[in-house]
Amino acid sequence: MSETEILHVENVSKYFGGLAAVNNCSLKIKKGSITGIIGPNGSGKTTLFNLIAGNLKSSKGSVVFNNENITNMPSYQLFSKGLLRTFQIAHEFSNLTVLENLMMVPSNQSGENLITALINPKLVEREEDQLKEKALQVIEFLNLKHLSNELAGNLSGGQKKLLELGRTMMVDAKLVLLDEVGAGVNRTLLKDLGTAILRLNKEKGYTFCMIEHDIDFISRMCDPVIVMSEGSVLFEGTSDEVKKNDKVIDSYLGRSNQKTMDIQ
Amino acid sequence: MRKYFNIIAAYSIMLFLIIMVGIFQSWSIALSILNYCLISAVMTMGANIQWGYAGLINFGIMGYTALGGLAVVLVSVTPVPEAWSAGGLNIIGSLILIISLVLIVRLILKKYKNHKYKNYFITFSIIFGVILIRFVAFPGIEAIEAVNPAKTGFLGGLGMPVLFSWIIGAIFAAGLAFIVGKIALGLRADYLAIATLLIAEIVVSIIKHEDWLARGVKNVIGLKRPVPYEIDLQTSPWFINLVEKLHQGKLNLLSSVSDKKDMLNQLVIDASSVYVKLCMTGLFLSVVIILLILTQKALYSPWGRKMRAIRDNEEAAGAMGKNVVKEHLLIFILGSAIVGLAGAMMVTNDGLFTPGSYRPMRYTFVIWVMVIVGGTGNNFGAILGGFVVWFLWVEAGPIALYLINFFTTHLDETNALKVHLIESAPYFRFLMIGVGLLVIMRYRPKGLIPEKINVKKI
Amino acid sequence: MEDNLELLNAVILLLNYTVIPAITYGSQLALGAIFVTLIYGVLRFANFATGDMMSFGTMFAVLLTYYFQSAGVGLGFLPTALLTLPLAILAMILYMLFIDKFVFKYYRISKSAPVQLAMVSVGVMFVTQAIIRIIIGPFDRRFMDGEKFILKASEFKEMTGLSEGLTIKSTQAITLVVTIILVSTLFWFLNKTKTGTSMRAYSDNEDLALLSGIDPKKVVMITWIIAGFLATVGGVLYGLDKSYKPFVYFNNMLPIFAAAIVGGIGNPYGAFLGGYVIAFAEILVTYAYKKFFIYLLPEFLEPDSLVQLLSTDYKFAVSFSILVIVLLFRPSGIFEGKKI
Ligand SMILES: Nc1ncnc2c1ncn2[C@@H]1O[C@H](COP(=O)(O)OP(=O)(O)O)[C@@H](O)[C@H]1O
Ligand SMILES: [Mg+2]
Repeated sequence: MSETEILHVENVSKYFGGLAAVNNCSLKIKKGSITGIIGPNGSGKTTLFNLIAGNLKSSKGSVVFNNENITNMPSYQLFSKGLLRTFQIAHEFSNLTVLENLMMVPSNQSGENLITALINPKLVEREEDQLKEKALQVIEFLNLKHLSNELAGNLSGGQKKLLELGRTMMVDAKLVLLDEVGAGVNRTLLKDLGTAILRLNKEKGYTFCMIEHDIDFISRMCDPVIVMSEGSVLFEGTSDEVKKNDKVIDSYLGRSNQKTMDIQ
Repeated sequence: MRKYFNIIAAYSIMLFLIIMVGIFQSWSIALSILNYCLISAVMTMGANIQWGYAGLINFGIMGYTALGGLAVVLVSVTPVPEAWSAGGLNIIGSLILIISLVLIVRLILKKYKNHKYKNYFITFSIIFGVILIRFVAFPGIEAIEAVNPAKTGFLGGLGMPVLFSWIIGAIFAAGLAFIVGKIALGLRADYLAIATLLIAEIVVSIIKHEDWLARGVKNVIGLKRPVPYEIDLQTSPWFINLVEKLHQGKLNLLSSVSDKKDMLNQLVIDASSVYVKLCMTGLFLSVVIILLILTQKALYSPWGRKMRAIRDNEEAAGAMGKNVVKEHLLIFILGSAIVGLAGAMMVTNDGLFTPGSYRPMRYTFVIWVMVIVGGTGNNFGAILGGFVVWFLWVEAGPIALYLINFFTTHLDETNALKVHLIESAPYFRFLMIGVGLLVIMRYRPKGLIPEKINVKKI
Repeated sequence: MEDNLELLNAVILLLNYTVIPAITYGSQLALGAIFVTLIYGVLRFANFATGDMMSFGTMFAVLLTYYFQSAGVGLGFLPTALLTLPLAILAMILYMLFIDKFVFKYYRISKSAPVQLAMVSVGVMFVTQAIIRIIIGPFDRRFMDGEKFILKASEFKEMTGLSEGLTIKSTQAITLVVTIILVSTLFWFLNKTKTGTSMRAYSDNEDLALLSGIDPKKVVMITWIIAGFLATVGGVLYGLDKSYKPFVYFNNMLPIFAAAIVGGIGNPYGAFLGGYVIAFAEILVTYAYKKFFIYLLPEFLEPDSLVQLLSTDYKFAVSFSILVIVLLFRPSGIFEGKKI
């Protein structure tokens, strides 16, 4: 693995019964890049994320993150190594408020230890104040200020997506996997979201890997773009190359009759 | 205030019912019921932490209760020196062997993780170890059980204060929960339920059949108490004076001195039993209140936030760096420890340890009904569930008897049906509890006091 | 010659005290385990009322046996209980359908979590137990009549000249015969009839089955009917062989569950075999082999302890250990679960 790579997926496969959702898939992600992943529905993008992030056990293959083999490592360990993700179907903590959703993220909070929480409320309170400040900044950044005490379960789909992105901003991540973070988010918000991602990338050095359907959004943000089809990588290149590539167009149009292809 | 209206109303009704029992049956019965309600409340809180905070089904409540009870015997009973000298060494030897066996198995698991014959090594060491332990323990057990079997026949306890055993009971239960959790927590919810049910049966059969430990089904009676004894009270001048003062009016109505004396005697006897039970009530109530404060505090601390997040979405909590398996184990241990504490409280209250009485209906399933009826995930609800269901459990018999008599008044006293029904009155409690559970699950699935999502405004 | 006889005696001893009882007990467990597994496979919950439902069906058989006996109706050398089976099964099925209609159906339609249904089954367990105790009481009852033995130990000894006797109780033979008939009919039904295959399809994949036009109501009803057969027959066979005591039936739920899980829950063949696995393990581990070794070993090696791996008081530990081992090493059961 070279210095500039942060993630290296090699020959990973995942079978559900007879179906190969991810099939001998290999790809590399450069440190500091914003890599886009596109592909028709059912091409295994989400499953690939699940395999990388420890939500599914791969049937075979290996994943290397920051020169460390993380194949099938449980997700909570990946978090501490700086690999974070969001989910395609929003995984908010619905009975926690927006603020609590954010404040629960950082690890090593003293108050997360039951004993400390009960016997040292002063210390816990101090930490909570700092956390709250940070969470409020994130909330402001995401334009969710009016909702900070609302239960996350009551948010709209797009707002939940924002909240999930917000959760990754509570800690210093190295690589963030975003699964259709823009789906259901309105235009203006999407623009802000893009700006946020770019800023995190520039200022804090986050590497992003995002599954997205909106090709405009992808073109604006991502380089390179990886196209997946039937569980493996079909093509990799800049967004312009992708748009022109025959194989890519075939795979989108040939596979499903309905032209749900989001290349507008 | 409105928010708490439900809770206050429900608890007031409960208190009213207990007072009614006091007025119509007797204060001693009312206090017995109240004490058991409080013990049940503690058990329910334990189960509720596991189910409500983490969705873990622990059908092994009976086992943890029994372990808590065992702790009372092992801590508070005076040691039996003859038994110790007869077989103490063997028992200690076997304990050491058991510990070393566990260590050896762990060592094999660690050192030879990938060895081909790992499983054979383990099987061999376990079989060899078990045989060795039997050889060491057996003569000791025989000798211990032969020491005055009618009275002792066991090692006795450590002779320490009984309140200390409550802590030890909790620790015992926590230890068992640690082992069980390590084995079974990865399982699907319904498998976990079955596995814990089986483990509880095993624990109880060990306590029932290992006489050297706590006399088994021969029971241990006359356990120490953290409160005064009735006999002592009945002979204490201060107590007699107190009773006399309280009943001055009643006593003054009697003219003859001997009548007065008899009456006073009777009053003192009644009052002593009430006084003792009141002391117990005080102790139990303090436990309930302390636990309630601690659990509420914990629930709204960062720790509780983490737990609530895990309950909401395990996958996302994992992705946010929370070790779900570890936290579940912790919850499992905490909940079980509370159940163990309740088990110790119960045996202390009864003053006797009767291993034969631990049955899953009474000690696992009734407790679960309490949790569901009260309202999962909510401590106030859990306590109320403990009260309501225990009250029904005790009063179901009398209520059933009353109803049977009411509906069969036109029948002859010797009518076969009537006689049969009256004989079966005690079993109507199962019917009431079962129907109650089904009705609640159907029409009030969140329990009598549904969990209020408490939005902490910041 | 001497040695051969000793060996023969040892074999007869094991047959008599372990193999035959284990086959009998295993058959009884197997019927219960198939019951559990069917409910789990089709209705998708762990039924904690299993033991008490078996007890419920048996209760009818017991009561009817008493009635028939008083009316002088019997089967001669066979137990009267066999005559009462059809009626008892019918009563059981009606009870199950009643419970399903008024209790389980609601949760099935609202697609509740399996855990919730399991908890509901606890409520059913309470109610069933109450009804049983109110009707027949909690006492131990024997309702076995007719010929007790097919082969008596003394007859066997006379026949063979061996010092060890072989007993075959008629309940043991009846258990085996009835189990074979019932289970083979059931497997034929599941594999060869249209209704049976639609049940299997439903258990495999509910959505797909619904799409292909299978009527879920019918599947559910058939499942309860089969369950009624299994529960009653299993319960009656156990009661004839040992005795009828409601509390024991409740406790039998544990080895039955263990058998179903060991066999791979949802898989009736697995459950069937699982019953025997648990029964053999339980009996072999708690049997005292002293006499066996006395036959086999030369005098100076003869054991003076009981040579019993585990006292019978700990039979639950056997079910549990097997369960844990299977769950740790093959979580889907020995015979791959979740399909019928
Ligand atoms: N848990 C699962 N069980 C069975 N099949 C699954 C599961 N998850 C995904 N699949 C299947 O794997 C394929 C890839 O799905 P997914 O990774 O979600 O695609 P994408 O995210 O590219 O739309 C689909 O055919 C889907 O039906
Ligand atoms: Mg997807």
